[in-house]
Amino acid sequence: MPSVTMSNTMKMKRIGAVAAIAVLALTGAQAQGTASANAPASAAAQGPDELVRALSNDVLDAIKKDQALQSGDLNRLNALVDEKILPYVNFEKMTQLAVGRGWRQATPEQRSRLTKEFRALLVRTYSGAVSTVKDHQVQLRPFRAQPTDTDVMVRTQVVPSRGDPIQIDYRLEKTDAGWKIYDVSVLGVWLVENYKSQFASEISQGGVDGLIKSLADRNRQLAEAPKKS
Amino acid sequence: MHFGLRLLAVVTVIVGTGACATIPPDAGSNPVDPFERYNRHMTEFNDRVDRAVLKPVAQAYANNVPDPVRDCVGNIFRNVADVPNAVNHLLQGRPASAVSDICRLVINTTVGVLGCFDVASKAGLEKSEEDFGQTLGRWGAGPGPYFVWPFLGPSTVRDAIGRVVDFFNVDPLYYIDSVPTRNVLYGIRFIDTRAGLIPAEKLIEGAALDRYQFIRDAFLQRRRNLIYDGNPPREREPDEEPDPNPATVPDQPKAEPTR
Repeated sequence: MPSVTMSNTMKMKRIGAVAAIAVLALTGAQAQGTASANAPASAAAQGPDELVRALSNDVLDAIKKDQALQSGDLNRLNALVDEKILPYVNFEKMTQLAVGRGWRQATPEQRSRLTKEFRALLVRTYSGAVSTVKDHQVQLRPFRAQPTDTDVMVRTQVVPSRGDPIQIDYRLEKTDAGWKIYDVSVLGVWLVENYKSQFASEISQGGVDGLIKSLADRNRQLAEAPKKS
Repeated sequence: MHFGLRLLAVVTVIVGTGACATIPPDAGSNPVDPFERYNRHMTEFNDRVDRAVLKPVAQAYANNVPDPVRDCVGNIFRNVADVPNAVNHLLQGRPASAVSDICRLVINTTVGVLGCFDVASKAGLEKSEEDFGQTLGRWGAGPGPYFVWPFLGPSTVRDAIGRVVDFFNVDPLYYIDSVPTRNVLYGIRFIDTRAGLIPAEKLIEGAALDRYQFIRDAFLQRRRNLIYDGNPPREREPDEEPDPNPATVPDQPKAEPTR
């Protein structure tokens, strides 16, 4: 009976198990404090591939050095995200793309609440997995882009201490303030795409406010749930 | 008692207990998932089987078998999977990749002690995951509607056909003559796979607003990515573009593009 499940369940397993790494790269650029020569402080002037490399390495370095982060200390993650990561990630664009056409119906106030709650959900969900990425290494895969491109994909793979390399890719957009990440994929599963139909369902049932409420409720549930390993 | 009868008994107990799946009012409206009502019920059923039987067994396996042994077991199964990988690479018209799979098989079976150690990957021969569903995809077949198998979980119509072909043609375990041995190996392979999924579960529980949709969409994206070997062409949707005049543009619902 179970014989043919192997390949598909294997894939699902890796999707979840390592999604953390990618989102950490988004949410964990705190490493600036422990900065080395390739710190993201100088990344605004760098190409998008160099920015991703610097961010990824800094995240992993920071996790290796910080006990509180390894144990998934949410306040610490949040504070660091607020302080350090926002310059490199466009959460609003990420939210807008995931919300899709519902974004047009949303008032500016609703938009900012959506962005805030979505970001909180991502940070909260993935914080628990921080300790699993300790021994991982990030490698850039071949990067092809024209100097004039303003929207690029940077492809990386994360090499864990055991198991196969994990494909993690980023989409970045060039802005006046430098390159900004607005989507991330683990093994080809893009974050934005994966939330689209869930968000669309919520909006069709309860409008934009319904989606905001669902996100807020989920965040509240996660906050109240007893912390498990 | 016959295995099938025992299974039937377990299933009856599971199905007989607990509530049914919640079906949203717009179920089936997403073009990728016209069978959503059925799929949600089947997902609920699979989850119940999982909670009652599969997960406890897998958890015990994960808790009691040391990591190196689990790595070895998983590697052995993945080593024999290089046979279907090679067959599918050939069918996809990629003989070089097929040769690479065969080299992997030879190296890992010998130097890697019957596949226990994946030395071929360390030597730079990349491991791939091919199956007949992907081969059909490369031949141009679209995925068709999403489809949840009893027990086996997420699939599509195309991948369901692929699975059947894989099972009877290229699954090496299928050629083991001794039925008890074969069934034990199927069982171990399943438990090994299920145990590997445990870390992912909590993440999905937390991250998903709707677990069913989350898993469905991840599965569909993942399959698409595999068919293109990690380089799928980008799907641009008209709604992705930022909207220049947010406050003044009235809402114009558009049909979601199908893919």
